[in-house]
Amino acid sequence: MQNFWCSLNGIHINIIPQGDNEEQEKLLKKSCTLYVGNLSFYTTEEQIYELFSKSGDIKKIIMGLDKMKKTACGFCFVEYYSRADAENAMRYINGTRLDDRIIRTDWDAGFKEGRQYGRGRSGGQVRDEYRQDYDAGRGGYGKLAQNQ
Amino acid sequence: MLLFWGFLVVLGSQISARLLPEKLTIYTTLVGLLNARNYNFGGEFVEAMIRQLKESLKANNYNEAVYLVRFLSDLVNCHVIAAPSMVAMFENFVSVTQEEDVPQVRRDWYVYAFLSSLPWVGKELYEKKDAEMDRIFANTESYLKRRQKTHVPMLQVWTAEKPHPQEEYLDCLWAQIQKLKKDRWQERHILRPYLAFDSILCEALQHNLPPFTPPPHTEDSVYPMPRVIFRMFDYTDDPEGPVMPGSHSVERFVIEENLHCIIKSHWKERKTCAAQLVSYPGKNKIPLNYHIVEVIFAELFQLPAPPHIDVMYTTLLIELCKLQPGSLPQVLAQATEMLYMRLDTMNTTCVDRFINWFSHHLSNFQFRWSWEDWSDCLTQDPESPKPKFVREVLEKCMRLSYHQRILDIVPPTFSALCPANPTCIYKYGDESSNSLPGHSVALCLAVAFKSKATNDEIFSILKDVPNPNQDDDDDEGFSFNPLKIEVFVQTLLHLAAKSFSHSFSALAKFHEVFKTLAESDEGKLHVLRVMFEVWRNHPQMIAVLVDKMIRTQIVDCAAVATWIFSSELSRDFTRLFVWEILHSTIRKMNKHVLKIQKELEEAKEKLARQHKRRSDDDDRSSDRKDGALEEQIERLQEKVESAQSEQKNLFLVIFQRFIMILTEHLVRCESDGTSVLTPWYKNCVERLQQIFLQHHQIIQQYMVTLENLLFTAELDPHILAVFQQFCALQA
Repeated sequence: MQNFWCSLNGIHINIIPQGDNEEQEKLLKKSCTLYVGNLSFYTTEEQIYELFSKSGDIKKIIMGLDKMKKTACGFCFVEYYSRADAENAMRYINGTRLDDRIIRTDWDAGFKEGRQYGRGRSGGQVRDEYRQDYDAGRGGYGKLAQNQ
Repeated sequence: MLLFWGFLVVLGSQISARLLPEKLTIYTTLVGLLNARNYNFGGEFVEAMIRQLKESLKANNYNEAVYLVRFLSDLVNCHVIAAPSMVAMFENFVSVTQEEDVPQVRRDWYVYAFLSSLPWVGKELYEKKDAEMDRIFANTESYLKRRQKTHVPMLQVWTAEKPHPQEEYLDCLWAQIQKLKKDRWQERHILRPYLAFDSILCEALQHNLPPFTPPPHTEDSVYPMPRVIFRMFDYTDDPEGPVMPGSHSVERFVIEENLHCIIKSHWKERKTCAAQLVSYPGKNKIPLNYHIVEVIFAELFQLPAPPHIDVMYTTLLIELCKLQPGSLPQVLAQATEMLYMRLDTMNTTCVDRFINWFSHHLSNFQFRWSWEDWSDCLTQDPESPKPKFVREVLEKCMRLSYHQRILDIVPPTFSALCPANPTCIYKYGDESSNSLPGHSVALCLAVAFKSKATNDEIFSILKDVPNPNQDDDDDEGFSFNPLKIEVFVQTLLHLAAKSFSHSFSALAKFHEVFKTLAESDEGKLHVLRVMFEVWRNHPQMIAVLVDKMIRTQIVDCAAVATWIFSSELSRDFTRLFVWEILHSTIRKMNKHVLKIQKELEEAKEKLARQHKRRSDDDDRSSDRKDGALEEQIERLQEKVESAQSEQKNLFLVIFQRFIMILTEHLVRCESDGTSVLTPWYKNCVERLQQIFLQHHQIIQQYMVTLENLLFTAELDPHILAVFQQFCALQA
């Protein structure tokens, strides 16, 4: 069953079919992986490493990419070796600044191939399709607004 | 009805010990009122508390035990417990100071539990039993005079006594209680709701505490470490606000206790924690922001380690700045300035934490800071603490942003302290490298890497590389060949330089080649050396590569330790990234040992369960299953022993190297006739202390070896002192 992820304003909303709920809950409770949203397109893996290392040793970082351009599109996954370290990231790094932007972290059930790509029509994240504001760190105006 | 009491008893003890100890007097008042209504309830409650106290002590839960003792003391004020019986309990506490052959830290705790309850109950106890209390005081005083304080220098944040002495915690508390006694126990800070209910409470029947014998010392007993009281502010720092209570006033003690309690209760929720701190009762009479900042830095700089993870304090301070934008940021800036001014005498480990805190804090505020105020550091010896601090801060700021940003945020005069642009240095990259040995192989490798060569193809290219260490090559060609390592590591890391992910992929893809080249100890060392040459401008990359290489077993922990003390790193020896790598390496080793120990425990438990099932079922067929499990346990046992031995060896290597380089320095200074106390020396000694402090639990196991093998009496007294101070910590 596919999980549908939707990100609005950096808040990570997990929309899943009914039957998977329990399984999903279990995965989230044991997860050592965090989704990180509202990054600037220019935020590097190195910067993410530096910030998120403050709560523990990082196992892996997977940068979110524009599906067409294969460039960073403002989100990533951070996986820790231990759940406790991920919890501390949720407590102390979530809602603070990276690259001058307030970033948001959320529990993630675990990276699977394909999830590193944005699911917006234009290749980036869904939130960048529809937003009306101008965000210099995320390509300017939203895609829809750009094309109008 | 009984159920209700039971619930209240449990609730009360849970509340008092585990949650909100800063609201202690509210709960004691409640218990007092209930006791006035129902004598039996009071009796059962007190009994439950005593049981809880005994359990806490047996479980080495000394923080909880202190609050329980304080709670019991305040119950005297609420007429639940008769004062004479409390005095008797304190008599028993202080008589622990007469015990022989027990660690000093045990005696210390019982004295602390007694003294720290007195702000709450001193008045009442003195009124009822002044002669007995005087006796207890005399015993306490004589103990405090004779106890040893060798451990104190190791725990002080600053080595200087000015502007505020960094006192040992019991000395400070004793001075505070003495002053309180002189002031006839007048204490106005603690909220005492029970005073409002005096007419009801004074009618209540009191209970006598049963005679309390402190549980005896056992081998498993672990007592709290001694502390040094952190002071950075006094009443002169906020001349316009309410007066800050003096360092020896009991108000200072109570405020600090309560603020520490709030952090302890709410550390997992930073917004709640901040809100609770700023709404501390009585805040209009004290310069609360100063107390809060001081208490937070006290925890952040606490030695050996902060009570909570470092990053919590950073975000807590940010939340506090958000809650009090008109006042707290100024106090924080003032504190930062003061910490900077006193860097010369600040413990190196604390400076590390200051660097990490300040750079992370700045990154949340667009790196805005009045750097020009710190221009004094520009004319100092670059190795002295202030310019060093600024350099390290800027380096960390760069990691959270990018190189050009750092150049932009500081005045042009600070450019000498700015970090290097973190670029890769490839020795075979330009025209002049044509003459370097191995140059043609490097080019060949580059082509091979770009066309997605396999490990085998790389091996065959490397076969042709001559070994500068030997006249003729080995038949196999894979003994330690530094040139092979050089061309391979340089070229691969250069091609993978784009990002951490690229580099990690490269390590993974050519793991086989790495393992073969780095098979010997010299091989491992050389891999690290070459990696360092390529990335010496990018300490962050060095750290993540070392981490990956250990985790994929390309190098081992001992190799990293040896590399850190090697001559190639001597120029960078005092830089923060080097010590972060070493401590990270030690932590990985420790976690590895714990992991295998856990696997062994689980296997043993599984076997025990199987045995039990067998004796229940009387089933012979599981004999075979037993065999497999027993084999696994034997293998794991060997694995554990091997890991523990590797761990011990790592520490021995580190201590050995420290002793070597410190001795070299001392000998050189003696023959040159120069002063031993250079910035380098202070840094090095404190780094040695840091190893002891940060890993004290593990190192305790090696005391005999360390004493007999390394830290012997022949050692220079300067170096031996570090070891002796460490021994004094749990003595």
